[in-house]
Parts: sequence; structure tokens; C-alpha cells
Amino acid sequence: MNSGLSSLADATSSDAALRRFLHGLPGVDQVGAEQRAAGLGTRSIKTSAKEYAIDLAIRMVDLTTLEGMDTPGKVRALSAKAMRPDPADQTCPHTAAVCVYPDMVGFARETLGSSGVNIAAVATAFPSGRAALDIKLADVQDAVEAGADEIDMVIDRGAFLSGRYLEVFEEIVAVRAACGDAHLKVIFETGELQTYDNVRRVSWLAMMAGAHFIKTSTGKVQPAATLPVTLVMLEAVRDYRDVTGQMVGVKPAGGIRTSKDAIKYLVMVNEVAGPDWLSPDWFRFGASTLLNDLLMQRTKMKTGRYSGPDYFTLD
Amino acid sequence: MTESEMTETRIDVRKTYKLYIGGDFPRSESGRTFIVNDSSGKFLANMSQASRKDARDAVQKARGAFGGWSGRTAYNRAQILYRVAEVMEGRRDQFEAELRQAEGLTAAKAKTYVSAAIDRWVWYAGWSDKIAQVTGGANPVAGPYFNHSAPEPSGVIAIVAPKGPLLGLVSVLAPVIATGNTCVVVASEAHPVPAITLAEVMATSDLPGGVVNLLTGSAAEIAPWLASHMDVNGIDLTGITDPDRARDLEASAADNLKRVRRPRPEDLLATPDLTRMTTFLETKTVWHPMGI
Amino acid sequence: MAKKVVSTGSTTAKTGSTTVQAGFDYAPAPESRAIVDIKSSYGLFINGEFVDSTGGNSFKTISPSTEEVLAEIAEANDADVDAAVRAARRAYTRVWSKMSGAERGKYLYRIARIIQERAREFAVLESIDNGKPIKESRDVDVPTVAAHFFYYAGWADKLEFSGFGPDPKPLGVAGQIIPWNFPLLMLAWKIAPALACGNTVVLKPAETTPLTALLFAEVCQQADLPPGVVNIVTGAGPTGQAIVSHPDVDKVAFTGSTDVGRAIAKAIAGTEKKVTLELGGKAANIVFEDSPVDQAVEGIVNGIFFNQGHVCCAGSRLLVQESVADEVLERLKRRMATLRVGDPLDKNTDIGAINSAEQLAKIRELSEIGELEGAERWSPPCELPAHGFWFPPTIFTGVTAAHRIAREEIFGPVLSVITFRTPAEAVEKANNTPFGLSAGIWTEKGSRILWMASRLRAGVVWANTFNRFDPTSPFGGYKESGYGREGGRHGLEAYLR
Repeated sequence: MNSGLSSLADATSSDAALRRFLHGLPGVDQVGAEQRAAGLGTRSIKTSAKEYAIDLAIRMVDLTTLEGMDTPGKVRALSAKAMRPDPADQTCPHTAAVCVYPDMVGFARETLGSSGVNIAAVATAFPSGRAALDIKLADVQDAVEAGADEIDMVIDRGAFLSGRYLEVFEEIVAVRAACGDAHLKVIFETGELQTYDNVRRVSWLAMMAGAHFIKTSTGKVQPAATLPVTLVMLEAVRDYRDVTGQMVGVKPAGGIRTSKDAIKYLVMVNEVAGPDWLSPDWFRFGASTLLNDLLMQRTKMKTGRYSGPDYFTLD
Repeated sequence: MTESEMTETRIDVRKTYKLYIGGDFPRSESGRTFIVNDSSGKFLANMSQASRKDARDAVQKARGAFGGWSGRTAYNRAQILYRVAEVMEGRRDQFEAELRQAEGLTAAKAKTYVSAAIDRWVWYAGWSDKIAQVTGGANPVAGPYFNHSAPEPSGVIAIVAPKGPLLGLVSVLAPVIATGNTCVVVASEAHPVPAITLAEVMATSDLPGGVVNLLTGSAAEIAPWLASHMDVNGIDLTGITDPDRARDLEASAADNLKRVRRPRPEDLLATPDLTRMTTFLETKTVWHPMGI
Repeated sequence: MAKKVVSTGSTTAKTGSTTVQAGFDYAPAPESRAIVDIKSSYGLFINGEFVDSTGGNSFKTISPSTEEVLAEIAEANDADVDAAVRAARRAYTRVWSKMSGAERGKYLYRIARIIQERAREFAVLESIDNGKPIKESRDVDVPTVAAHFFYYAGWADKLEFSGFGPDPKPLGVAGQIIPWNFPLLMLAWKIAPALACGNTVVLKPAETTPLTALLFAEVCQQADLPPGVVNIVTGAGPTGQAIVSHPDVDKVAFTGSTDVGRAIAKAIAGTEKKVTLELGGKAANIVFEDSPVDQAVEGIVNGIFFNQGHVCCAGSRLLVQESVADEVLERLKRRMATLRVGDPLDKNTDIGAINSAEQLAKIRELSEIGELEGAERWSPPCELPAHGFWFPPTIFTGVTAAHRIAREEIFGPVLSVITFRTPAEAVEKANNTPFGLSAGIWTEKGSRILWMASRLRAGVVWANTFNRFDPTSPFGGYKESGYGREGGRHGLEAYLR
């Protein structure tokens, strides 16, 4: 294990070494990876397993609003919903976090207090990441000072795609340092990286740079989270633990709207990374509308009848 | 000696007819020969009478040559087959004379058969780099795959050549090697001389040793050893005229699932169909995903 | 490499997930059996209707996952086979050979559609009778069956363009004998091209898996297929022999063991019967050090555990490059630990039941021989049901080319692992078998794939994938894996003259 760690340290000693390391990772065959993901998607999760999965999924949601038209009111409502997703049912767990822009962190904190719902803030010139490093770091510091528990940063995709891996690496290292005690999620925007080989490489790059979580997407670029992209990232965190002993979390974000979808992801977590990852500490869903569908399914399982959108709040 | 004295007194240099195995012309390991007469019953030659051990050696040589021959480009094989035709053309007088001797053909008939035999080499030479395009191709599978089928030679083919001592032999031999197989041929027992002359042509036409191995002697004696040989991949029974014997050979060939061509009547002068090639071809299908 | 689970307490524990999780145990998700109606007994399907066997003998078909008797099946004797052949001949002469290709094609299209309509029923019945997981019968077998009929339906009126001469003709009556591993799919592979080319058929399903073939007979009735075009006779070896040796059968098509294939080839020697044989295999699945390793592991798993390894083209020999052998095996074992063995009708089952007690005995015997010969056996911990025929997914390491488990077809979920050092050695080891049905290659280097593919003596080469099937893709073997091709344009040749 130590040898694994030290060889990883060597890998980040220079741009050339990092390139050699990342390009030495096993390739990903697109068709095979997509078939594996689709295969896992056919698992049929019923009754007690479904109850477990739905509650777990609710606990894994980073309830998200990332709009230009966000207001303190919107963020307060969202935060209230995160704490008590189903006001009619006290047994319903709260979500893992709310996810907002840095300037909204304070309003979220007002509502959430010490409820146990974390506040995640997207920083580093989200979603494009196109700003100078000191501005990105200031963005991070702002959010942390306002009370963010978690920082969702975006990588410099331009640098990554042009092969300036060490630059991307060092930026993540710098952001991690600026996070202080806050947890760092590193967003790849896999829709722009396009290939699964790139997803595997960037996953390793981010993990070596100190990411606590690796995250698929901003939600602003299509395609956002997909099962096969998440598969490749789950393989990466699994393999990274084999080498270093350290666990890194995974967060698919964007495009996950139904309970059925969420359960497919959980099956994949279970069978690819392993049950250790079946926890909000190690797996999150970046989502907004997903929560209501989870609540509707949850109600259906409890009452035995189908519910409707009017019975759940829209925030 | 004057020129006329020489013509009157000179004794012909006769040829010793031997087998053609692995590019060489050995005598039968058995030391046996058999007498071949011409169509009028006059002694023509003592032919080597191949034994089962000669057949075994021939199969070994054919197997040894298979990788190289099948691995050559189809264009290269085509040129070599065409070269055989070229060299035959140069020796056509000899072939015509031998056909007339062997079968008592008229000059015109002999000429027809020799021409047809040469032209058959040319025909099959051309097939060498076309058969894959005609029998192979892309398969439009319902999925993100490149999928492609192409023919490959079956391996070592045993051939019992039919009676027509030259055109018959060429008609069974050329299609088998054009596609990359190697073979062991039992020449017509009644008229083996043109077969050995053809072997001499092949030996001087850039055809690698072992691609064609030619045995003279008794098909009844040799064919069962070839039919049962576990390192032979196919057998052409065209020269077997006795149905019971053909059945027994076919049954014996089933021991290792040889590809079998049963004897059936055919007009040698007509344009062949593809079955003499396709019987001894395997279809290989290769799949590969298409992704980024 | 050492594994260590890091405590989750270090960081994000702020989310308060301190409760101990119950774990994600998938609850049973059984597919409903209600969709199938299994009769207590079945007759023979001759000339468009179900009739009793003239001999009155019958045998039982059982569910291999429970050993429950499913139905009593008529056993066709020589007279029954003769009646079926006569019905087929009559249908051939009077109806089918006279019908235009376009009309024949429409019947086949109808059959394809009816199979799609009744897909779930076929899938459930196949899983019950065969023991294969419902996810395979539902997602692979039955859709491929419908696709096969749909594909060949379109050939029926285009035969003159198929490359087998300007005026290709059917052969007449085809006798077809199919195995138990893909009962309905093998039926489709046999019947669809035969009918498209204008032949009529007498088909014998395997004695352990007759039910979907008998349900297919109902499909023929629903499609109004003219009586006698398809005849289905149930029985064991003697019934098959009666078909092969019947003098009025023009064509024999067989899928099954190499030994039986050999016997058939001998039996038809000296006749005018045309034959195609799709026999055994011992495929090499070759993994190079530069493979896309996660997909390679999936390919290994799919190669040997798909359909319980009851697959003639199964990748039963894993040839793995020495430099990555340990890593690949570690990943393979971890993956195997997630395979779910059990109730074929559970939608989450990955590996179902072994088809019969006989087959289970054979798998056990060869596995024991593997151990005796010194190979090391490993299976993930897995609980097998108390009733029925089961064998855990198994790998043997330390296998050498001389071991019987490296040479003989086990036809079960048992993988023999062999290492190699160079591409040439991989080719040599892969080809060192009397079989030649399929092979797999895993490497990201394109030119090496093509180099390998051209040297592997096998009828189907899967590169960076395994066990893919499609109606348009010819399938069949080299050497003792048989001859003739099924699927694609090539598949027509077996039924034309």
C-alpha cells in the first residue's frame, strides 16, 4: 500500500510523469462499459430492498438549486424541504445536503442551522470554471466563510483536454487547501470530456490531488450524469482504494429524475464499488426533481396506493 | 557422326517418374513401382507406387506448408497460379503428346484438353483474390459492432483426382490451393504420367514445396489412410467411382469431421461453380465494438 | 495489493449517517409463472396437429431448478418419425415448394410477430424448462428468436440474389435435431432459414427441454402455417436416429456434441443427404496486458457463466498474459462474488440451474478430475438451493495444457485459467485443440487484434467482446466444431441446392 502511495506521489512529480501515469491506466471500452451499466440497470429491486433503497437515496440527495434567478426565499424553502422532505411523515429522512451558489450559503445556513443537513456550494467560477485561479480561490474562501460544509469545484476542462494535466492537478490541490475543513467535490463535466478513457484519467487525477468526492457534472451541460460514466468513476474509486487504502466518494449530478434511475445507481454502487459506498458519506445524488419522485414512491410503498405531485411541495 | 546418323542411332533419355512430396521428387519409401502402358498397351513407364507412409509424409509436408501458403497475400497466390499456367503453356506440346499417349486422344482433342487445363489455372488464379469478396462481407448486426465475415482455407485437403489425367487433375487441384489450402493428391491411377509432368511444372512455378503433394499409385490403397488421417481437414472424393468405397471413405472422414466433397458427375469442360472452393473454406466472423 | 477499508468517520460524518445500515439485500423478484399454461401431457406435432405417439411411450420433462415434473411428453418412435417425414414431404410437394418466396416470407414474418407478442410467455417457459435465468431468456434468447425469423423472412423472396446461383432450389425435407442449452433459439436457427428457402422440417427438441418447441407449434397454428411445413417430434437419441436415417430426409441439421455429430456424419455417408453440424468447443478467451481490463473481466464472466456455461462457444479457457494474471484473477474473483446463483425466474438471478442431473454429474466429474490433476479450484461463497441441479461458478488456476479440464468441453460454469507470455504463444495455445468454434481477444491495440484474429482457427472471433449473437452474423466452427454456418446470408447455403 505504501508503495502504491509513493508511486502515486511519483506520478504527480512532473507533467510528463503525470501524463505517463494517466495514459498508463487501463482503457475503457465504451460498448462494454455501457453494456455493463445497462445490465446492472435490469436488476429488479422490490419490497424491502426498494424501501431501503428509497430511504438511502433520499439521504444521499444533494438538493440543488443553481439558477441565476435564485433568491434567499427560494433557498430557504429548499432548505426547509431538505430538512423535512415529507412534512406528513416524520420517519422520512432528511437529505444529505443542499447545493447552492456561494452567495446563497448564508441564507441556507439560517434555515438549516445544525439540522445535520450539509451545505454544499459550487465554487471556482461554476459552471464554466473560466476564471483566474486567485478568483476561484476567493470564490471558495467566500463560500467556506459563509458556512459551506462542502465545496463543489469544477475542473479546467480546457486544460485537461489539451493535456495540461499537472495544471489541473495543481488547481485542485490549491482549492483543496482553500477548503479548510470543508469537503471538496471535484466536478469533471464528463459531458465535455466525452470519452470514458478521459473520465477514468480525470478521476485518478482528482483523487491524487485530494478530492473527497468526484462528481460527474454541473448539470448545465448535456449529457450530465449517466450510468456508464458513474460506472467508470465507481471503478476508479474502487481501484484507488485498492492502491491507497483511501476511500473517495462519487456524486452523479444532473439528469437523475426518477426513483427507478436512482435505484439503478445504488445497484451499481453496491455491485461495482461495493457496499462500503452505500452511504451519504460516499455517494450522493446531485438532483432537484428526484426528491419528489422518491417521496411519491416512498408514499406508495407505505400506503399501497399511487400518490400525485400535488401532495408534495414543489421546492 | 552426321546429323542423320545421330537421329537414327540415338537412344532416348527416358525419365524416371517419381512422387512429388514437399517440393522434392522422391521415390516411394516402399521401393515399389507399377507399370503404366500407353493406350495401345505398350509399356510407357514404371511409376512410383506410393505407400501409406508416403501419404503420411505428404500430409506432414502439406501441414508444414499450410501456414506459409495460407499466410501469403491472395495476390501472391494468384500470381503463382498464373505462373503455373504460363509454364504449362510453354510445355503444352509435351502435355498434348502425353495425353495422346495415355488416352489415345486425337491431336485436336488433346489440344482442347490442354488448353482447357491451362485456362482453368488462369480462372482459379483470378479467384484467389476475389473469393473473399464474393463469399464474405459486412454483417449489419443490430448493435454497435463492426462485424465482418471472410473465408479462410480449411487446411490440408486430400484429393482423389478423377480420370481426366490433366484437366481433371487441374480442376480439383487449382481451386483447393487458390484459396490457401495445401493438399495431397492421389493422381489418376490409370494415367499418372501427365500428373508428374504437371508436378514438374508446379515445381518450377514458384509454388512453395509442400503446397501440392502428388502421389501416384493405388487410390484404393492410399485413400483410406488419407480419409482417416486426423491431421487432414478435408477430402475430395471426386476420383472415387465405386459408391461403396466412397461411402466408406466418407464415414472414415467423419472421425475428425473432415469437410467432404462427394463424387458427382460433372462436365469438366464447362465453367465450374464455386463449390470446389467453398467446400474447403471456413467462414470466420470477427466482431469488434465501435466506440470512442 | 493490500486492501484497507478506511473509517468513514474521518470527514463527511457531518451528515449524521451513524446508523448501522441493514445492507442492500435484493428481495426476491420472481417473474410470474401465471403467464404460462403447462399442460399435463403433450403429443407430437405432426401435420399441423398434436397427435399421440403410436408407440404410446412417453417421458417426463422436469424443472431443473426444482426437480418438479412439468409434463409428460410423447416419445416418437420410428413410425411417428415416418409419419412426420411423410407429412413434411406432402407439405413440401403440394404446398410449400410451390408457394412464392414472398408468401413464404409472410408466414415467417407472422411467426416473428407472434413470438414478439408472446415473448414473456416463451421466456418464462424457457426458464422453467431449461433452468436459465429469466433475464437471459427474456433479454437474449427470445428477442433473438424473433429477430431470426424476421431476418430470414426477408430472404424468402430474394434467394436468387443470395449468391448461391441464379435459380437456387430448396432441398426438400430437413431433419433437424437441436440441443437443450438454447431450446427455442436453436429451433429458430434451424427452422427460419429452412422455411425461408422453401424446405419443410421435422424437428426434434432435446428430451430435457421440449416445452418451448411445443409452444412454438401453437405459434405455427396461430400463424396458419400450412400443415406439415413444421413437424415437431419429441424424444431422445433413438428418435434423432430415426430422423437421420430416414430415407426421405434430404438434409440433416444438428447442433450438439461432437460425438453425436461424428455419428451423424458417419450415418449419412454415401447418401445424398446434405448435412450441417454445429458441435462442441473449447474456446480460448485471450486477455493481454493492455486490455480494457474491466470490460475484459466482464467478457470473461459473460464468456463462461452466461447460460451456466452451457454454451458451445463458451470462453472456457482463459488465456491471460502472465504480466497481468494476478491482477486479472483478483478482479475476476471479486466480480464472481457478485454473481447471484439461484431461482431462474428471479429477475436478479445471474446463474440458473444446471439443465439436468446427467450434465451436473459430468461437470462434477470433470471438476474433480481437475483437482486430482493438480489444478487449484475456487468458487465464491454461494448458497445453492436444496433442490434442483446446481453448480457454483468455478475457476481453476494452475491449469496446464495437458489437463483434461483444459482440453475437454465441460459445458458448465467452469473456467480453466492458463497463462501465456507472447502473442505467438497465445495463438499457439488457443489453436492447440481439435475444436475451433470461437475465440476472444482483449487488447486495446488494433493491429494486434487483427493479427490475432487472422491466426486463430475459429469460426467466430470476438474482439473486446464475447458471446454476441445476431441473425445476420454467420456462426459455426472449424475442425471438430463442425461444418456449415448458421445465420446471415451464409446460413442459406445449408438449405439450398
